[in-house]
Amino acid sequence: MDCENCGERKAKITLTEIENNEMRTLNLCSTCATLKGVAAGGSAPMADLLAHLGGSAGDNLFEEAGEACEYCGTGAADFRKSGRLGCPQCYAQFQRQLRALLRRVHGSSQHMGKVYVSTAPDADPEQVRLSTLRRRLERAVEIEDFESAADLRDAIHALTEVS
Amino acid sequence: MTDGPAAPPPIGTRGLDWLDEEGPDGDIVVSSRVRLARNLQGYSFSAHATGEEREALLGKARAATEAAGVLEEVDFWEIPRLDPVDRLLLLERRLVSKELIGGPETGPRRGSGLALARTRALGMMVNEEDHLRLQTLRGGFQLAAAWRDLDQLDEEIGARLPYAFHQEFGFLTSCPTNVGTGLRASVFIHLPGLVLTRQIRKVLEGMGQLGVTYRGLYGEGSRIVGNLFQISNQTTLGKTEEDLIDQLERLVGRVIGYEKQARAVLLREAPNVLEDKVWRAYGILCHARSLPFEEMMNLLSGVRLGISLKLLKTPRVDVISRMMIHAQTAHLARAAGRRLDEADADAFRASYVRRALNDAESH
Repeated sequence: MDCENCGERKAKITLTEIENNEMRTLNLCSTCATLKGVAAGGSAPMADLLAHLGGSAGDNLFEEAGEACEYCGTGAADFRKSGRLGCPQCYAQFQRQLRALLRRVHGSSQHMGKVYVSTAPDADPEQVRLSTLRRRLERAVEIEDFESAADLRDAIHALTEVS
Repeated sequence: MTDGPAAPPPIGTRGLDWLDEEGPDGDIVVSSRVRLARNLQGYSFSAHATGEEREALLGKARAATEAAGVLEEVDFWEIPRLDPVDRLLLLERRLVSKELIGGPETGPRRGSGLALARTRALGMMVNEEDHLRLQTLRGGFQLAAAWRDLDQLDEEIGARLPYAFHQEFGFLTSCPTNVGTGLRASVFIHLPGLVLTRQIRKVLEGMGQLGVTYRGLYGEGSRIVGNLFQISNQTTLGKTEEDLIDQLERLVGRVIGYEKQARAVLLREAPNVLEDKVWRAYGILCHARSLPFEEMMNLLSGVRLGISLKLLKTPRVDVISRMMIHAQTAHLARAAGRRLDEADADAFRASYVRRALNDAESH
């Protein structure tokens, strides 16, 4: 069945309205239903974020963020494309740019909720450091940067021997 | 079957306990949900992690849920080990996301998992967009109660696994739209009065100004069926968890008020049309021999409205909510014990609905 409003697209949604004690049923396509405000169309957080990243303001925001995250290798361009960061360390890497972005998206960059103090056994900063190094080593091998790989291997040895 | 040591636990009726509690305003608010996004220090976010890393994380997450007292007895499913119908059953119960179970061709990623308490819809997804997505679902309008349960689970898991937390930005998430509290609260709400009186757009757009957003039946990007809307908080940072919950609760309370007013107007100004719509919907559901899902949902909307306005004596509202779950394709296929093509599913659905309404009438 074709949409009864535009007559062009396929009708997918049946809308019933009551006016002056008369019922009217309309078969609409998603586009016309959106125009009438009944199809899904609230601004989704993700779409909102990509809009902030894609606009001219967004370009400026991450343009100077040249360095990729040292832990996972995610760069500013990857983030702008997907709207997703690679790892928790990315927040430290892009702290300044993210602060500005978060203010636009959430109206604030300051967390006001629960404060978390880790009591978990493997929250040891040394462990985090170690897994960062291992991750970087993996990447160095991947891109055949053997000089860095050798340095990283030494650094990992040094840490594991102490502990 | 699958290789590996033990077969995954049966899905049975897991995660459907919320259907037994009608909850406050249960004739308008179908269910309340809260989720928390959490990630662990020292791992890349799931999409960037290797298969080994995701599996290592799955093992830790599993151990942490098994030790969490608030869950009492808990089941744990490794999604790749479930057969495709079981995965869809969990999706239709909104216990997992499309992202967690993967597409029909690609399937789930390694290390995807779901933990769920045996006797209530409280648990967490593992290796979805974030490492952990703690979640709970309650019947009716009970956001504050849902938050209390989830907060307790969060305390227990956070004591066993090291969350990634930043002094300024709060709980760190793969997508900056979730950072801070990581909290998304939502209600699944039935608003036929506002749709019929053409006020829905005004109400929904008004909400957009207040840090709240809405979407269709199955989440982001999906369209709205059966006059059902999902309303949730838009932002997660800069407010406490309690403030976010409280703000959404007050807003939804106002929407419920508008919906009730719209229904009163319809009852006063168009009683015949309304009554006809309700009984027609009930009649078709009682007698149809083939029912596509969307048509059923639209008719159930009429019946739910009829029950709420006391135009119909049976069935009870929870019977309608149950049908919305059990008349979905994977649930029908499980009941039939075989794969159903579309025509089969529509016929099977019609017969399931006739039987359910018949049973409700004779009780």
